[in-house]
Amino acid sequence: MNLAYKDIRHSFGRFALTAVGIGMLLMIVMGMGGIYRGIEGDATLLINSIGTDIWIVQRDTRGPFAEVSRVPTNLVDRASTVPGVATAREFVYHTIQREHAGKSLRMSVLGLSWPTDKGDWLPLVAGRTLRQNHYEMIADKSVGLYLGERCKLGKDTYTVVGITANMISSSGDGIIAVTVDDAQAIQFDTTGEAVRLERAARAARGVRSELVAKQPSMLDFADRPANELPALARPQVSAVMVRVAPGADAQAVSDIIAGWGDVSIFSQQSQRDLLIKGTVDRARRQIGLIRVLLTGVAAIVMALILYTLTLDKIHSIALLKLIGAPNTVILGLILQQALFLGVLGYVIAYFLGQKIFPNFPRRVILVNTDLIQLAGIVLIISVASSLLGIWKALRVSPNEAIG
Amino acid sequence: MHDGFAIETHSLTKVYGSGNTEVIAMHDATMTVRRGEVAALLGPSGSGKSTFLTAIGLINPPTSGSVKIDGQLVMDGPASQTNLRTFRRKHIGFVFQKSNLIPFLSAIENVQIAMELNGTTPRSARKQAMELLDYLGVADRADGLPTALSGGQQQRVAVARALANKPSIILADEPTAALDSHRGQQVMELFARVAHEQGAGVVVVTHDHRSLSVFDTIYEMEDGLMRKGEKAEGG
Ligand SMILES: Nc1ncnc2c1ncn2[C@@H]1O[C@H](COP(=O)(O)OP(=O)(O)OP(=O)(O)O)[C@@H](O)[C@H]1O
Ligand SMILES: [Mg+2]
Repeated sequence: MNLAYKDIRHSFGRFALTAVGIGMLLMIVMGMGGIYRGIEGDATLLINSIGTDIWIVQRDTRGPFAEVSRVPTNLVDRASTVPGVATAREFVYHTIQREHAGKSLRMSVLGLSWPTDKGDWLPLVAGRTLRQNHYEMIADKSVGLYLGERCKLGKDTYTVVGITANMISSSGDGIIAVTVDDAQAIQFDTTGEAVRLERAARAARGVRSELVAKQPSMLDFADRPANELPALARPQVSAVMVRVAPGADAQAVSDIIAGWGDVSIFSQQSQRDLLIKGTVDRARRQIGLIRVLLTGVAAIVMALILYTLTLDKIHSIALLKLIGAPNTVILGLILQQALFLGVLGYVIAYFLGQKIFPNFPRRVILVNTDLIQLAGIVLIISVASSLLGIWKALRVSPNEAIG
Repeated sequence: MHDGFAIETHSLTKVYGSGNTEVIAMHDATMTVRRGEVAALLGPSGSGKSTFLTAIGLINPPTSGSVKIDGQLVMDGPASQTNLRTFRRKHIGFVFQKSNLIPFLSAIENVQIAMELNGTTPRSARKQAMELLDYLGVADRADGLPTALSGGQQQRVAVARALANKPSIILADEPTAALDSHRGQQVMELFARVAHEQGAGVVVVTHDHRSLSVFDTIYEMEDGLMRKGEKAEGG
């Protein structure tokens, strides 16, 4: 006869409630682990999927994710000419928060280098990649735009042609992908009034300038858009991404580019490290600590629950001793119930989590190693916390059955 | 049934506490009970009856004196001479005043567990448990939980459990206190029947002088001292 089972059957409601309680506690522990992984995952998601070997950034910066980096656009052409480079693309990336359809829309804008990059590497769940070099965008579903929706950013209206899943910036905002030109148009958008004022100011500066005195026709340019002014460079980009040709020596390519005085380079891996150890480090450690604390709290709560369960049975245990039950039987009763509660709690936590975590605003990623680790911890907690009850049970005198 | 003593105690003494709080609960208590004999233990409250019963029940070691059960020396002073829990399981059946059934087991399971602990297979334990419940007239309540049984039914299930492993001795501490006199009388007669039919030595602590007729021997305790009393006539 299995005493543990009989006892559970007898007070099933109580056991079930206890298991649900433990389950919810474990679910939070599990969720903390998932949030931790989510932060890590989100941070490196873009880097991992964008598929590049070498990042060229502004000299002595840790850009473009950890801090602002500005490099000239022609760096793309310079990089392309390095032997062993398959492709060089500009990286344009910035976060904006705009109003759309009455609500606030926060997103990170990623520029794709049209026409080499149409967004084929993006994890599309609906729609298509870009087909024209203006006014189309691919939006992550977490942004909240639907396929075909039109959204005004800056002066232009963009149509959502594709929807991705899990394309999220390291701060958890959804990513929209447009062409580099569009991305810059969105980034450097200024109002008409600002443009007019700037043109007027430019004209005023021109009148005083020696250059215009010598070349009066220059003043005509002052009325044109900023990027058509011959004297001004195009807006700069955040970084340049280089993909090394198959078979080429990546180290050699890196060495060449590293020799340029205006830029610094990072490998894919060191960019990833910069993100994990830099940008999201504190958030990650914070969650990690909470997770450790929660695990401790769960251990204490489970110990108390299992101890109380044993206390409730102390009379029965004394009685069992009286009629000659060996310690193994009593140990088995307590341990089996502890493990039962632990395992059931874990299962409840898992299935509850599967239902609840997807509704969290940021990703909660349950990784197998974490799940297995937690299962191990739960087993250890179950056994360790029943020790208190076992200790009590073994000290109980059969005399107490009579009292 | 063989002749010889089921219980032999020699000069059992129990001292609780020490110094100012010292209580001599039992002093030089000597008792012999043959197999098949039913002994009553009478005495006022606090006279040491429970102390004696738990001492021979091997759950409360005496300060000095010895306990022999079935001819085997099991307690010599406070020192046990064998694994007491195993010995209890094999040789001693207990019945107490208050319900002492395991609350989460049904009537039959309460009897069955005692047998299973003693190595009987679950299947055969269940069969024998049912026979015992039948013997005690509670077979129809076999699947009821203790809380669903009347006091008398609980006590009879407890007796069935006490009998489960065909013990050499049965110890009962005021088993009828919670019962009406009719039920009480029935339980007492049951002990007599078990003692006679199964050859067990039975010691029953009781305050109930009306049922004394069923006992073969009567012991009385007062202030920790035990003496063999006169067998009362009638009930
Ligand atoms: N654990 C203990 N510690 C100290 N003193 C005890 C303990 N158990 C019993 N006593 C004392 O020993 C004496 C005998 O107690 P015991 O329980 O044997 O009496 P009893 O004859 O069974 O009484 P009752 O009829 O009320 O059950 C009492 O004075 C009691 O207070
Ligand atoms: Mg008593």
